[in-house]
Amino acid sequence: MDRFTALTGVAAPMPLVNIDTDMIIPKQFLKTIQRSGLGKNLFDEMRYDDQGNEIPDFVLNQPAYRKAQILVAGDNFGCGSSREHAPWALADFGIKAIISTSFADIFYNNCFKNGMLPIVLPQEQVDILMEDARKGENARIAIDLQSQTVTSADGHVFSFEIDPFKKHCLLNGLDDIGLTLEKVSAIDTFEAEAAQARPWV
Amino acid sequence: MPKTLYDKIWDAHVVHEDSDGTSLLYIDRHLVHEVTSPQAFEGLRMAGRKVRAPEKTIAVPDHNVPTTPDRVKGIENPESRIQVEALDSNAREFGVHYYPVNDIRQGIVHIVGPEQGWTLPGMTVVCGDSHTATHGAFGALAHGIGTSEVEHVLATQTLIQKKSKNMKVEITGSLPPGVTAKDITLSVIGRTGTAGGTGYVIEYCGQAIEELSIEGRMTVCNMAIEGGARAGLIAPDEKTFAYVKGRPHAPKGAQWDAAMAWWKTLKSDEGAHWDKVITLRAEDIAPVVTWGTSPEDVLPITDSVPAPECYSGGKVEAARRALDYMGLKAGQKLSDIEIDTVFIGSCTNGRIEDLRAAAEILKGRKIAVKRAMVVPGSGLVRAQAEEEGLAQIFIDAGFEWRLAGCSMCLAMNPDQLAPGERCAATSNRNFEGRQGRGGRTHLMSPAMAAAAAVTGKLTDVREMMTETA
Repeated sequence: MDRFTALTGVAAPMPLVNIDTDMIIPKQFLKTIQRSGLGKNLFDEMRYDDQGNEIPDFVLNQPAYRKAQILVAGDNFGCGSSREHAPWALADFGIKAIISTSFADIFYNNCFKNGMLPIVLPQEQVDILMEDARKGENARIAIDLQSQTVTSADGHVFSFEIDPFKKHCLLNGLDDIGLTLEKVSAIDTFEAEAAQARPWV
Repeated sequence: MPKTLYDKIWDAHVVHEDSDGTSLLYIDRHLVHEVTSPQAFEGLRMAGRKVRAPEKTIAVPDHNVPTTPDRVKGIENPESRIQVEALDSNAREFGVHYYPVNDIRQGIVHIVGPEQGWTLPGMTVVCGDSHTATHGAFGALAHGIGTSEVEHVLATQTLIQKKSKNMKVEITGSLPPGVTAKDITLSVIGRTGTAGGTGYVIEYCGQAIEELSIEGRMTVCNMAIEGGARAGLIAPDEKTFAYVKGRPHAPKGAQWDAAMAWWKTLKSDEGAHWDKVITLRAEDIAPVVTWGTSPEDVLPITDSVPAPECYSGGKVEAARRALDYMGLKAGQKLSDIEIDTVFIGSCTNGRIEDLRAAAEILKGRKIAVKRAMVVPGSGLVRAQAEEEGLAQIFIDAGFEWRLAGCSMCLAMNPDQLAPGERCAATSNRNFEGRQGRGGRTHLMSPAMAAAAAVTGKLTDVREMMTETA
């Protein structure tokens, strides 16, 4: 898995609340059996018209945001389905961090499996960063995972919370399965005991 | 210390816990479908890993499968076909339980699991699908996971988790006539919002929940995810045990007795700690429909389309956008909204009881919409509905009688809405484009969807029940 340590870049503003996984990557693109290549269809129905032409108003089609690495989004980003295609599409486009007041649970977890950092901040701080995002290149946002801070363009430093284990994995690019398999004897023991206690399972 | 039902199931499945609370949780049942699993199986292959517990892993194709009778000849769409074929070969290669497309037991994974007795009280159940919450109806801890986690469970039969908080949602009293499990679950989301459950596992309880059938309880838990919760669950009782008993993979004989002894302890203790409590009175719940593009956009059918200005914060713009997408105007009566299409099915409402409720309204009546389809949740539900004469009622009314699958709930298969087409749907999401690009979805119960089919507009099913009486 890719590491995430620090990032300074342009953020794209998406103030809409409840941006769901069907918006992020519509179902017709879930038919792939690969993880890669979904970036071109990120936000497909908001980004392209019926004929497949770019909708100029859509934020990621605007020159300032075509290479955005950060999203600043409205409440409850990533609600809806469990499709990991949503973070895959964001990552493939080049988004490495998302800032919002809240994320849907499964989407939030899926981000960490793909080297992406979702950051939860209070409304007033998200509002400031949303204003920065609206300024494009002129207001770059800096994120530092080690110190758990986001720095706005004019130097406000906001601290964010993150689960220590998730932080550790992201900083070091660690693979969960490998870590869990180090505990395989504990799994063996649990399984043997459970087979006694609940043999019907 | 008194424990909640969630605490008890959690505690029984912790393999290892770190000092910061990060836990390795054992998974009793892993359900797998074709959309979120190919990359996970591929990951195993690349790393030379096996499925740790193939006997606890159950695969069934559902999202991509066509629901027309000609599907026996194969799937026309090449990408869908490849995905289903990938599940076929992965299931064989890794030796997991499998119900292929043309097996009568095939259906939506969340309907097949309980039907076959794979889902049992007190279990941990996961699937690469957010509606895994459905299985909580049995008093199982069940939730959706992403594909990386699917691979993790395949390889280790565990998940790395942190415990959620406990929320109690109590529905007091008895539901009035015409009000169903779907109205409960939508009304709860209307109250909490789609992020109200974030960070929580919900236990639904109270007289109205106890009075629901197991099918109804599955409908309630199914949409816990739409309220943002990790899982929804309901304590098992005699109805649960009666539903489970005798199913193909339910315990038998001495094992049944041992299981029952444990299952009977699976309830929240008196004095258990709740981080949040929400109470609704059943008598205050009406038949509801959604008007917007989020499941929280829900109102009683007797109400009118709200004005965006009624909301605050980011919801004002979201509501404006929703009205524009849905082609509705503030102040318009919900019962004046005309419908083109009716879809009855999905993991939310594709069970036998749902079909019975819709058929009761449709009996002796004809549809007044352009098209209407019933998609049973499994081949066995379909067979039972045919045996009970329900299929004929649907066909006589003008409905298409389909084969089992996810169908128009998410439109990954040929069943889709056209741009602007307005649908009364018994499914779970009214997101933009969910049922097809530009499609407009109103969520409701099967009885309400049947009523809309008959009148051609959103309709208070209670009026039609009076007519019948």
